[in-house]
This record gives sequence, C-alpha cells and structure tokens, in this order.
Amino acid sequence: MSADELTLKDKAAIAGVGSTQYYKRGQSVPQLPMELAGKALMNACADAGLTIDDIDGFALYSMGFDTSLFSQWLGIPEVRFSALISGGGNGSAGSVGLAASAIATGQATCVASIMTLQQATVRFGASFAPKGKPGQTYSAPPSPEGNFIQPSGLMGPGNMFAVLAQRHMHLYGTTRENFAEVAISQRANAIRRPTSLQTQPLTLDDYFNARMISDPLCLFDYTMECDGAVAVITVSAERAKDLAQPPVYVMASANGGAGRWGQAITWMGMPDEYFASSGHRPAAKRVYEMAGVGPSDIDVALLYDHFTPMVIMQLEDYGFCPIGEGGRFVADGNIRWPDGGLPVNTHGGNLSEAYIIGMTHVKEAVEQLRGTAVNQVKDAEIALVTGGPASLPVSNLILHR
Amino acid sequence: MQGVLPKDIIELTPNVYTEPYWLATAEHRLILPRCTTCGTYRFPPGPFCWNCRAQEVEWIEHDGNGTIYSFTVVRHPVIPEVAEALPVVAAVVELPDTGGVRLISNVVDCAPEDVKIGMAVTIDWYDVRENTTIPVFRLAGG
Repeated sequence: MSADELTLKDKAAIAGVGSTQYYKRGQSVPQLPMELAGKALMNACADAGLTIDDIDGFALYSMGFDTSLFSQWLGIPEVRFSALISGGGNGSAGSVGLAASAIATGQATCVASIMTLQQATVRFGASFAPKGKPGQTYSAPPSPEGNFIQPSGLMGPGNMFAVLAQRHMHLYGTTRENFAEVAISQRANAIRRPTSLQTQPLTLDDYFNARMISDPLCLFDYTMECDGAVAVITVSAERAKDLAQPPVYVMASANGGAGRWGQAITWMGMPDEYFASSGHRPAAKRVYEMAGVGPSDIDVALLYDHFTPMVIMQLEDYGFCPIGEGGRFVADGNIRWPDGGLPVNTHGGNLSEAYIIGMTHVKEAVEQLRGTAVNQVKDAEIALVTGGPASLPVSNLILHR
Repeated sequence: MQGVLPKDIIELTPNVYTEPYWLATAEHRLILPRCTTCGTYRFPPGPFCWNCRAQEVEWIEHDGNGTIYSFTVVRHPVIPEVAEALPVVAAVVELPDTGGVRLISNVVDCAPEDVKIGMAVTIDWYDVRENTTIPVFRLAGG
C-alpha cells in the first residue's frame, strides 16, 4: 500500500458545528446533559444542511456520553460506528480524527463528535480527592495506584498541573507574569464574543490580587466550571463539497504519546527530559508529518487551556518556540489577536469563553477557516487544535480550508 | 504533625503488588521493588519491569533521604473535609540511587514559603491508624 493510501490527509471534512448556549456551573438545569447534546447536534446538522437521519456514527472522548440512550431518544436510523478515545479531555481534538478515520475506512458516512457537560453534580476540580463516597459531588474511590497520591493532598487536576508548572518555572525561569499573559490575552478575545461567560477585561492587578488556589496557580490560571454542549459533524471530503458550508478539511490528527508519560499527573514519574511538558511532543511530531506542514504554517492555534502554564508548554511542544522559551514567547505578545505572530485561543478558550472540555476549540477552528470567526485571523488557512494535556493519549488535529 | 490531610479521609487499598510496600511503611521502613533480572526500580509497584518486562522483584530498603523535585502549596479546599488542614505542601520527592523513583508526599511542619525545588528532605512517618502509615518528609536540618 502506498503512503497516500495510508494517510488520513484530506479524506474527510468538518461539515457542521453547533452548540447550546454556555452556562455557569449548574445553570443548565433542568435540562439533562444528553438533552444538551441533542440540541447541540441538531444545531450542527442545521449548520451543515443535514438532518439527524443522516447521522450514522459517533466518535467520542471522555465520559458522560451514552450512544445507546442518545440514539434511542433521537431515533438514529442506523448506528454504524461508535468509538471513544480513552481518558478525558485529552481526546477532544482527536475525536474528530477518529471520525475522519471511520469515514476514510468506509465504516460510516456522517459522524458526530459531541461533548456535553453539566457540572451541577460532578465537579472535576476534586476528581482525585480521597475517600470516595456514594452520591457525593466529588472524589475518586481509593485504588492501589491512587494510594500513592491521594494522601498527599493533590486532589484535583489543578493541584497536579501546579507541580508541573513549578518545575517549569524552576528549570526555565517562567514567571507568573507569563501565566497572566495567557489569561489576559484570552480574556481580551472572549469579551468581544456574545457567547462568552466572562464579559469583563482582566488586568494584571486583577490577576495578582486573586487568591492562590495551588501555588503557583491562582484563580485566573484555572478554567471555569461550566455547562453546555458542542457537536461537530464530519463527512467525506467529497460529500462536504455539496453541503451548506465551505468544507474544513481534516489534514491530520494524532493521539498518543510516550508510554512513560503514562498516567502523567497522577503518578509524577515521567522521565526528567519531558516532565515539565504537555506530553504532546510525540503526537505533535506525528501530526505535522501527516499534514506535511510545520509550526510556521499554522495561522491560528486553539490550544487546550485548562490551566495557563499548559498553554505555554504546548507552545514549546508544538515547536512554536524552543523548549523552555514558552514564557518569553508569550511575554513578547506572540499569542495576541490580532497582531501577534500566532494568535492563540481567539475564542477565549476554556479559561474565558466556556469550558466544554475542549470542543469549543474545534468549533472556533472551523469558524476561523470559514472566515466567520468573531475574532477573525486574516486569511487563516491552517489551524491547529489540541486536546488536553493529561494522561495518555493526548491528541491533536490540523484543519485547513 | 502540621501539613497533612485528616486521618479519617485516608484509606489504603493495596493489591498484591503494593501490599509489601504498605506493610513496611506500617513498620516505619521504606522499601522499593527492584527487578531481579535487570536491576531497574519500578514505582509504584506493579506486575512488570518497564525496562525488561520481567516480573520478579526484590525489595530494597531505602534510607528515605531525598530531594524536592517539585511541589505545590495546596490552599483551596476542594472538599470540605480538608479545609482545616490546609495549606499543605504536596511535594514530589526524588530518591537518589533508585534511577529516579519519586514519592508524592507532604513536606510537614514547615512554613510553605520556605520550600524550594532541590532542597534535601528526610523521611518521617504519619501514623494514620493501626497498620496504616504514610511516609512524609521534613526539610533536612529544619
């Protein structure tokens, strides 16, 4: 088989994106989480010029989505593909790559990737807290591996990524001002958008006056807790040409990483060489190879931003600057829209628009490449989207118009 | 002891591979599993050597002197049960002569502001209840 036949490049395209409105945590009640998913998917269908009857596959990530109940409710005529990238927010960008894989191999023709989130009953901020109690809104039950971390007080992802951030500061001289630049630049993007939950500018004073949550991270280094749903519909590149929107082609997608990255923040035994990283280096190399492009070809980057330092580490791992230079890269204004060399998270991201576990990043990339984004990057042709820095497998997606 | 979580929320659930470690900590001894085939430490304890994939280990006693590899000061109580115990210094402590084994633990009885990466620490023991003891660390000479 030739390399052409083995690649995913340009075999599929995103035809539609849709969402619900975004809500602060718990405000979407009494709607059900799967109800939000259905509304988002219907909006994505309308965007594409398709109907629910066209959907025949689901390419998913993270927990909380039940294909069986969802298909039963909506009367999907025939489900031909349903698969999930293991883990949590790590798989957001990769779920679209999974959809493209299903289409390129003829398993399905019209595949939905959906995230729905309602944090009224589940709060991820304490997802590793000790002493799991039935019916509680937090915590993980003790496990043999968890025994080595839960007694320490690392109770949520923020505590754990703070440990990576502290090491990054120690090794490279990264500063809290650098973290603040990520938060402030994304807030500036968010407040121009009617969909954003954050509506006020963020100043450096606001940032340094905020309470510390887990040193070196303060309140504004953390994503918000939100409710809402986003759906993305992927079809073959051929079919996309006949639908309602200009196609946004899947150039490449990868998911994975080094085996010894492993459970990452919940074991802290990663090799020293890439401990203070996003875990994305192997997947970054693979996605660039598949796409046939490099960092200098990326016009806009939608980088998963659960915590500000992890944006900086991804800028390094995706080759936008040398390893260790991410802090200075953002300090120089590079990630600002519209004047920076690489506008990042033009929608405001998880930090300031809404946290729907990374799926808003895919939606924004599509809008950028259609030329309809609120904060449009001029003449954007190629966009990079990443899934959450987390345990294996981390994922990504390169799209072009 | 200051800077540890409340005893009643700490629960250990060992499996066949981790149980020797916790039996030793209950006796205030730190032992680490090392591959009998290639000499590589594996941690947390598990069924395979990540280097040569052999299964058998010997348990090597360690003096518990280490260095702070990284840390965070946990200040916000994400669950109410820990509110009165905070802040705690949660640290990743690297143990020399182990090929990079790291324990995730607390640095106890210190001012959080005094903790820095690279500091030497010594092991101590947090007795949670009978047969349940967690290793913790103190700043060396502190």
